[in-house]
Amino acid sequence: MGPAVNEPTGKFKAGDRVKVKFEDRPGHLRTPWYIRGKTGRIERVYGDFLNPESLAFGRDGLPKRTLYSVAFRHPDIFGKSPHAGDKVLVDIYDHWLEPML
Amino acid sequence: MPRGHHDVGGLPGAGPIDQSQHELSDWEILADAINQALGAKGVKRTDEMRRAREEMDSAAYRDMSYYERWIASIEAILIEKKILDKQQIDRKLAEFDTKWGRP
Amino acid sequence: MSDDHGHEHPKHELSYYAKRIYAIRDLLLEKGVITEKDIQCQVEYQEARSPANGAKLVSRAWVDPAFKRRFIADPKAACAEMGIDATAINEFVVLENTEKVRHMVVCTLCSCYPRPILGRPPDWYKSFNYRQRAVADPRGVMREFGLELPDDVEVRVHDSTADIRYIVLPLRPRGTEGWSEMDLAKLVTRDSMIGVMDPLPAIPD
Repeated sequence: MGPAVNEPTGKFKAGDRVKVKFEDRPGHLRTPWYIRGKTGRIERVYGDFLNPESLAFGRDGLPKRTLYSVAFRHPDIFGKSPHAGDKVLVDIYDHWLEPML
Repeated sequence: MPRGHHDVGGLPGAGPIDQSQHELSDWEILADAINQALGAKGVKRTDEMRRAREEMDSAAYRDMSYYERWIASIEAILIEKKILDKQQIDRKLAEFDTKWGRP
Repeated sequence: MSDDHGHEHPKHELSYYAKRIYAIRDLLLEKGVITEKDIQCQVEYQEARSPANGAKLVSRAWVDPAFKRRFIADPKAACAEMGIDATAINEFVVLENTEKVRHMVVCTLCSCYPRPILGRPPDWYKSFNYRQRAVADPRGVMREFGLELPDDVEVRVHDSTADIRYIVLPLRPRGTEGWSEMDLAKLVTRDSMIGVMDPLPAIPD
């Protein structure tokens, strides 16, 4: 794993527990339904990127948002499983995440 | 807003994965190349194309093939940006029917 | 792409959308939005990209531990070292498989894939069945591709929902000590770099 691509402005660092917001507003949303409202852990901080929700409508994508790889335990998303150690990792933007203590 | 038709991760009812591969037709290679060329020229962004596919009719989204969806979204975005209009495309298709013959 | 080029379908039998892209092409050319050369460049760019690029990177990483470290730390720079143009990728991450961890990559929302390295994704990667099942049942998917993992291996499925493009660095097969890079590359399948299977085994004597 390498460092973030630029100086990230977001709230979280690797290891933080986070909860994905449950939003269902209109627009181009890149946070998949299956993790909305779920809790995971920041695996990696990728850095700041242009916001696809804005770019999708011909706007400039600013302000940039910090992008993270967030790791979820498979059973926390899909229920009881014989492979409780398996993980699902999703690339999520800062404004979709809130801290979980 | 309900779950988008593109947002399929974890949806139940999926069957075995068909591992067969079809060789791309010329029109599919063309669709791919035009999509990339429009991106390289800064005419449109991939994010806009994705959004156009999300805005498609949901039944059409499931029924159309991959590159058909690309063509539909290329057309939608070019029309949205007023680079082309639907009438021009329809007229050009009518010219093709004359040139190529009807099926 | 000229109209005289041999097609598998007579033009008038093309489907609605297939015809439409020819119409769109002609209009875009007429209006000078793009040129024939722009289109041809993209066709050639895409044809130059295939899983062979990935196999080169992986087999080099297997034989050269210092290259492997560079490949994982800065994949775009490592590609440049090998003469592979990965500049079109915004950010590129290498996922290293180990005896205890297997990675698998999907784009549930569309079909994001490291095209500048590996070329176009296979049809199955873009299918609804894969996009639906990869995150929910990765081991079931791997089983279909011939990979059965023991319970003590952790499966990590990556959903590439943003600008990060992932490639799996598969585990080097046993019994390949002393093999040349060229022979090792033959074991590195496209599907092993997506993560649904391990590389091919060394041919037994």
